[in-house]
Amino acid sequence: MKPNAPKKVIIIPCSGIGKAFGSVSRETTYEVIENLRKETADTVCLALLVSGDEESLHLVRNNKCITVDGCPLQCAEKNVRLAGGDLAGSFRVVDAYKDNRHLKPRAVTFLDHDGRQLAKALAERVAVKVDELLRTP
Amino acid sequence: MMSEQSEKKVGIISCSGEGCVEGTISRIAARLVLERLRPDTTVTICLPLFLAGGREERTFARDYPTITVDGCKKLCAKIGTEHYSGKPASSIIVSDFTPNGKHTELGSRRTLNQETLIIAEQIAERIAEEVDKILECWE
Repeated sequence: MKPNAPKKVIIIPCSGIGKAFGSVSRETTYEVIENLRKETADTVCLALLVSGDEESLHLVRNNKCITVDGCPLQCAEKNVRLAGGDLAGSFRVVDAYKDNRHLKPRAVTFLDHDGRQLAKALAERVAVKVDELLRTP
Repeated sequence: MMSEQSEKKVGIISCSGEGCVEGTISRIAARLVLERLRPDTTVTICLPLFLAGGREERTFARDYPTITVDGCKKLCAKIGTEHYSGKPASSIIVSDFTPNGKHTELGSRRTLNQETLIIAEQIAERIAEEVDKILECWE
């Protein structure tokens, strides 16, 4: 996404690579930006943002951001705050899991059925938040 | 991350960039090494946690050999590792494995297609080779 492009909501997952919830956070983000709200939401690389990339910093400071974290360390939320981003919403996979305890994601590399379903459930919430943010100036 | 500091372990640090398919390839390649190719001798580190100051992650990357896997030439994993914990033992860039180093027409960043999965598997094999070399030279 170019810095001068029309405003979108930036969805930033945590990039967690060690556990299934990290993969769910990533899948949630793609479900929103590639399916549910592909015209109004986008993402940036979290590692690039944390590295201080100017284009990424510009994006998160000039667009509303939603973070999706896989673990309690909440790297995405913390790093968007540290970057001075316009943090307008934050979601945790564990909260979606609490409401969907029948879904038990186990696979990390390639999400299993439960992981994809949990991501879809969380993505629906994120999409609602995207709409809410776009309605408010 | 690991219980026995005396164990021989190699850290795989992948950029996992969400913004491009190469980031997904880097992530899948790293995971294939961890899960299938060298599960007993490798561990991984979440890069944003590491870059943001994760003490345990930085200590590990300082005390143990690492292999960085970057999706693009911005080299977030390699540069971050060098800056905070020292030079990685090996550094791999996904775009070196893609057709003509191109960043387009590689398919979805969400789900790898047949072509990009093969690239991820090739990179995983390469990472595993690097792990073996590091372990052979371990003093």
